[in-house]
Amino acid sequence: MSFVEVTELSVRYDDTPVLDRVNLDVEEGAFVTIVGASGCGKSTFLRLLLSEEEPSDGVIRLAGKHLPSTPTPDRGIVFQRYSVFPHLTVADNLILPLEIERARLFGRLYGARRRALRDEVAGMIERIGLTAARNRYPAQLSGGMQQRLAIAQALLKKPRLLLLDEPFGALDPGIRRDMHELILDLWRESGMTIFMVTHDIGEAFKLGTRLIVFDKRKHDAPDPSAVGATITYDLPLHRKQGLPIGIIPETPVPDEPANPTKNETAKPGVPS
Amino acid sequence: MSASSRKITPAARIGLGALPFALLVVVYAIGSHFRRLENPSDKLLPSLDTMASTFWRMATRPEPRSGDYLLWSDTLVSLARLGVGILIAASIAVFLGVLIGYLPRARATLAPFVAAISLIPPITILPILFIVFGLGELSKVMLIVIGTAPIMTRSLAQAVMDIPREQIVKAETLGASSLQMAFRVVLPQLWPHLITAIRLGLVPAWIFLISAEAIASTGGLGYRIFLVRRYLAMDVILPYVAWITLLAYLLDRILSFLSRRLFRWAHLSGESL
Repeated sequence: MSFVEVTELSVRYDDTPVLDRVNLDVEEGAFVTIVGASGCGKSTFLRLLLSEEEPSDGVIRLAGKHLPSTPTPDRGIVFQRYSVFPHLTVADNLILPLEIERARLFGRLYGARRRALRDEVAGMIERIGLTAARNRYPAQLSGGMQQRLAIAQALLKKPRLLLLDEPFGALDPGIRRDMHELILDLWRESGMTIFMVTHDIGEAFKLGTRLIVFDKRKHDAPDPSAVGATITYDLPLHRKQGLPIGIIPETPVPDEPANPTKNETAKPGVPS
Repeated sequence: MSASSRKITPAARIGLGALPFALLVVVYAIGSHFRRLENPSDKLLPSLDTMASTFWRMATRPEPRSGDYLLWSDTLVSLARLGVGILIAASIAVFLGVLIGYLPRARATLAPFVAAISLIPPITILPILFIVFGLGELSKVMLIVIGTAPIMTRSLAQAVMDIPREQIVKAETLGASSLQMAFRVVLPQLWPHLITAIRLGLVPAWIFLISAEAIASTGGLGYRIFLVRRYLAMDVILPYVAWITLLAYLLDRILSFLSRRLFRWAHLSGESL
């Protein structure tokens, strides 16, 4: 039985179709990378998998069960930005999921129990290389460090399904390569299933065990906006027999405009 | 180097900042000097000396009839009214602001109402307050509350709405309940905005305080100014105005300092006043 089972999934916003009859079966442990032009519904698809949005038609099953109607801890998420909490330090960002679990009412622990949590997450902080920065706030971290923190935070609840929405889109190429190593390592260790939306076709080939492309079925329709997107290519990637990791040049898809904030040293401001 | 990018030293910054104040004092002193040349007992522009000695007297010598040190008793009474009013307004603003910003249903119900209330010129309802709450402390405090709570509520509701959707979704995936989300994600990010809202609310709050005290009161900074106005006692009024300004400035600075101290994360990028 497949782990993620998508059947005849459609999404319409006010009669404008976004996704049109998407079918997909993904076995547990797969690393699915999703590419497609801007506005083709790939982020919508991710939001559906997260239950942040509801489909107009069709069903998504996770491990044989219907998806719950709200986001739950069995599905982790990392966004391109705003994934971590700006008012908490690195350590506190990682302690938060454990506090939520153990202090059911207000989600806050004090004193010795809190100190015990700090020890508990020390290993994870070490793992993502933020030990020296553990008492800094996200605004004081580089983009790459913030995303490492976001990934670590999402993994603390040990989700079976991890959703990544262009997580490395705002990072320098060098930093991006480091992040690829990190996410592949974490994926191999945990055996979780990953869905990752990306604009970088090289990244999609490099990381995925399966690459799916979202596109409109017909481009020559009389009214292109009346046609929703669906999966037009579904490529299994046999990494072992294929090209060694890193040989495919990382070229961004040209429809993504250059973003001046794509800079490892840039420190996006805290919304104030 | 263009004038807009030229850096200045800290000493120059203080000197330049003090310049307009010094200029004001000098202009006043000259004006006062010439008026008193014509009429030595001129009341309109008393000399700096007279004002200083009057102010000193009010601060250090008890008033013969009541035995009060007028400056301090006035200050205490006014600050108490201001503090209680702002405290109540801030509590209302946090409660309603979170409801409006966080829950779409509450927003639909309350946002238009709060917006409408915030447009009532508060002074126009001062007579109503006097009639309903009497001439005591309550009506003065209520004027400050009604004058500041709606705008503070709106700015806090906006601050809650400005919390990126991603953070709320992320908290849900971490298993947070609504209450946990309110206490760990929403409220902690609201406190620096609350301090900003209080700093902005204090500006109208002072106006309402002085107005209410001027109309019906037996003590307070506004009361004193409007009382001695009858005797053209500019040597009391002018120092009192300066004193009120100084108090307002210090309150603002203290709040700004507290925000930086307590919510360092909110002041990491960009400059702020």
